[in-house]
Amino acid sequence: MNPATGLLRGIGRPSLAALAAIGRVALFAASILGHLLRPPVYWRELGTQMLQIGWFSLPVVGLTALFTGGALALQIYSGGARFNAESVVPSIVAIGMVRELGPVLGGLMVAARVASSVAAELGTMKVTEQIDALTTLSTNPMKYLVVPRVLAATLTVPVLVGVGDAIGIMGGWLVGVTRLDFTSVTYLKNTVDFLEPWDIGSSLVKGAVFGFIIALMGCYHGMTSGRGAQGVGRATKAAVVAASVLILAANYLLTEMFFTS
Amino acid sequence: MITLSGVTKSFTTNHVLRGVDLTLASGKSMVIIGGSGTGKSVLLKCILGLVPHDSGSITLDGQDVRRAERDAFLARFGMLFQGGALFDSLRVWENVAFRLMRGATRRPKDEARAIALEKLRRVGLGPQVADLYPGELSGGMQKRVGLARAIAAEPEIIFFDEPTTGLDPIMAGVINDLIREIVVEMGATAMTITHDMSSVRAIADDVAMLHDGRIKWTGPVSEMDACTDPYVQQFIHGRATGPINAIR
Repeated sequence: MNPATGLLRGIGRPSLAALAAIGRVALFAASILGHLLRPPVYWRELGTQMLQIGWFSLPVVGLTALFTGGALALQIYSGGARFNAESVVPSIVAIGMVRELGPVLGGLMVAARVASSVAAELGTMKVTEQIDALTTLSTNPMKYLVVPRVLAATLTVPVLVGVGDAIGIMGGWLVGVTRLDFTSVTYLKNTVDFLEPWDIGSSLVKGAVFGFIIALMGCYHGMTSGRGAQGVGRATKAAVVAASVLILAANYLLTEMFFTS
Repeated sequence: MITLSGVTKSFTTNHVLRGVDLTLASGKSMVIIGGSGTGKSVLLKCILGLVPHDSGSITLDGQDVRRAERDAFLARFGMLFQGGALFDSLRVWENVAFRLMRGATRRPKDEARAIALEKLRRVGLGPQVADLYPGELSGGMQKRVGLARAIAAEPEIIFFDEPTTGLDPIMAGVINDLIREIVVEMGATAMTITHDMSSVRAIADDVAMLHDGRIKWTGPVSEMDACTDPYVQQFIHGRATGPINAIR
């Protein structure tokens, strides 16, 4: 094989594989949306998944936001001191947390926790024939397993992000008041004055998109898992990597869409 | 009656079923024997529509299974999976009552639980296991729970995928007897796939031998030992030499 052909083949084969994978994920997502619109809805499963994905992710998202908000306050204070702009700490912490760090870090932490567990759970169910068993029991696995997880993540991750934003701002406030000589009233007034409603709205929209991505990747890789422990392991790894990369890419696109005129 | 004509199924270059012709009469218990990897499980999954067949036809009472209304079609079947395939996140009784609590024939929770307890009793398990999770049960108990789930909605047709694999001989005998009793009691049509010759003799009315993607021999279990087919003879006597390659 001449080098040019080899090079073309080297580029073409992975490109085609990537396009095929995008097509499969798109069809999977379309199938989820189709099932969302048709009964039955498994309310109990939805409730269970909202608890698993939303409530039980709160500690990890809260701690991440708390420490990030505190560190952000320290960084902005020390950086701002170079041009006598220490007073911007509350507003920059608030805007930075709400617009970017809250949704992105919250999304990445939930991706690590939820995409992995969903892919591992569904992958194990697939290799142990539990998904076939569901079908033989006249229950559609997409409706029973996938739709509740996707719906739960899309509904609860924005709430997690909102709570994370508030905790992140609180982390900045704690550091500002205890370490940087801000008064509590001044810090909170600057936070509220500079934060706009759309900052919060965009954060929640990002959360919903990231939640959908996390559950979509977890479910897709779990439902298409290969055989055995190795197959489930690969599915889990692929779900976390894909969800994380897609969250960062979607974050850029959403930021471009929301904040550039 | 289930009829298969010229059914084929390939996975990329692996031709698993190469034209299966088979008829299972209503109320009969057929056991399909054959070596590992000969496509026995794929055959069951093709009938149920879990794996789409490539060509040929599969009919249930004369109707093509691909054209059948899915829920109504599946409601006629029960299946015991090889590993039990119990839902880890549900309690034992919820596994057994799974179908009873969903779909068009949904029953109240208390009634579904009562039926589940009765089915568990039928397979020799007491009410004390009902609220356990599948992970807390031994392999034999999981098989029995799987059997209880398969019969919970009293289906017309029951499939058993290697029901005694991984069980000790005594537990295997218990499961074989249970399957035979339940099939006779319910008047169900049964299709079982197994390598276990004691299961074949305990469960079967008819036997079919699947090899190389085709049915090599089929007939009543009473004629199996006397049949002259070299594939059947090698298989039922477990000989290393014969027309079936020992190393596949």
